[in-house]
Amino acid sequence: MEKIVLPDIKDFHKLEVYLQHGGYSAAKKAFGQSSDDIIDQVKRSGLRGRGGAAFLTGLKWSFMPKTTDKPKYLCVNGDESEPGSFKDRQIFEYNPHQLIEGIIITCYAIGAKVAYIYIRGEYHKWIKLMQKALDDAYAAGYVGEKMKEKFGTDFYCDIYIHKGAGAYICGEESALMNSIEGKRGYPRVKPPFPAQNGLWGCPTTINNVETITNVPPIINKGWEWFASIGEPKHPGTILFGVSGHVNKPGVYELPSGTLLTDIIYNYAGGVPGNKKILCVIPGGSSMPPLRGDQIEGVKMDAESLKAAGSAIGTGGIMVMDEDTDLVKVLARIAHFYHHESCGQCTPCREGTGWLEKILKRLIAGKGSVSDLDLLITVANQIEGNTICALGEAAAWPVKFMVERFRDYFEQRVSKEISLPVANKVHSMRHTAIPVEEIKH
Amino acid sequence: MDFKFTPENLERINAEIKKYPKKQSAVMAALYIAQEQNGYITTEVMKEIADILDMHPHDVLGVVTFYTMYHQKPMGKYHIQVCTNVSCMLRGGYDIWNQIKDKLGIDNMQVTQDGKFSLEEVECMGSCGTAPMFAINEDYFENLTKEKVNEILDSLKNTN
Repeated sequence: MEKIVLPDIKDFHKLEVYLQHGGYSAAKKAFGQSSDDIIDQVKRSGLRGRGGAAFLTGLKWSFMPKTTDKPKYLCVNGDESEPGSFKDRQIFEYNPHQLIEGIIITCYAIGAKVAYIYIRGEYHKWIKLMQKALDDAYAAGYVGEKMKEKFGTDFYCDIYIHKGAGAYICGEESALMNSIEGKRGYPRVKPPFPAQNGLWGCPTTINNVETITNVPPIINKGWEWFASIGEPKHPGTILFGVSGHVNKPGVYELPSGTLLTDIIYNYAGGVPGNKKILCVIPGGSSMPPLRGDQIEGVKMDAESLKAAGSAIGTGGIMVMDEDTDLVKVLARIAHFYHHESCGQCTPCREGTGWLEKILKRLIAGKGSVSDLDLLITVANQIEGNTICALGEAAAWPVKFMVERFRDYFEQRVSKEISLPVANKVHSMRHTAIPVEEIKH
Repeated sequence: MDFKFTPENLERINAEIKKYPKKQSAVMAALYIAQEQNGYITTEVMKEIADILDMHPHDVLGVVTFYTMYHQKPMGKYHIQVCTNVSCMLRGGYDIWNQIKDKLGIDNMQVTQDGKFSLEEVECMGSCGTAPMFAINEDYFENLTKEKVNEILDSLKNTN
């Protein structure tokens, strides 16, 4: 199988090797066509975002206004903080020039003169590797003003790296823009959408690192070629990061629509000790978990996973064997979202805290069966009531894990505490049960 | 205690400012540079950065408190960041966390008395395929085992 994003070529991260394999020829080809043509080809290729929402990339680009007095910007999202995701760092390390080439083509298509690659602060090493590649590309004239001469065009663009500093929420596109502006990473209310009102109030497109890296091959080999790979509704290859209880964890580039069981058992080498699988989260910790008996026949693409009751997310597959303590796992997930909630919206700021508290109470053996309903109630009150999708990200794992593993969770609950009032959220404050027992 | 950037660092901040249409965007980079020079972020540091970037010091403080990688108190020479998020947890992340806590006698965000080590429980670092892991300052240490952790910590204990 041909690999598009992470080809098996030695030293492909080096500019000279990249050039030997046709590097920057897609950009040359693109600059000979109109920007509308490029957008059209990406639209027809069916390329969908690899950052979580799987939105159609060409369609997103087409939202950028054609006529505007304002400068336009491209943000490349390499914040990569979703638990279970570790794919973008492979691109920074092994294929940075294809990312750079993708960026200059995208800038040309949307009319941006400046692009920012937002990389999470913890990725010191990968920021350095990316900067090295960028410096080489600048020196050779593939980025910056020298592009005019190199490609014989009027177009040129600059690319800068913006280093994050430890905030999951900055992977949300509007928070990412605020972070680049030098502010707290608060998500913005939408609309207006970034294409109208983005960085510094100017039209902006935000794409994931992996998405952009797919662009040069689409231009070079044609949209028909790309559209024919994998599942027609979500074509191309996807970088699947497999972690947890598997023998060979790692990133596997496979056609979309590859069977989840195939990835776990064949590519990732199965579960250590041949244990059974209790639970799989197929797209990073924000996505609804699947029971071990739900994964048979599930294909890894946006549409198939939706039908199976989950979502593709970032393609981060977390595998848990039969001996896993799911309550502890869920409490850890809840802790993460509580920690990472930016605090703007009350349902998320307070709700994530309650989810964590209730789950920790279950771990301490002080929970009750009614706590399970309470978890779902709180999750439902977060979902849909927040500015950004972190609300859903916090609510989904809790809601779906409790619902899908109800029997498992009920076994873990040691004693019954039934709350006296029907509205369980408010009744927490007016209950006859000693507060210490509930607060634990 | 006044804080001033060294001329070289001021130069680095000016280079960062040039990347953006507005000066404020360089605040995150300036804070990193300040932390490198000063060890941690003080009120004076924030005032100085606010002056350079035409910001209100409160806005700089807002940035400092939002992002976890800026510290407002001194951390150890070796700042150990242990991931305990799910993928690491499933492969023994908490064992590593407890091992280091016991070995160094410190808890989350504490510093050893000699100022050599500090410890932080961090969220997913993007090392899920090579879990469990920790980072010491800027370097990742992956596929950790109990023995490997001991080896790394002992080698650092013996340095100056």
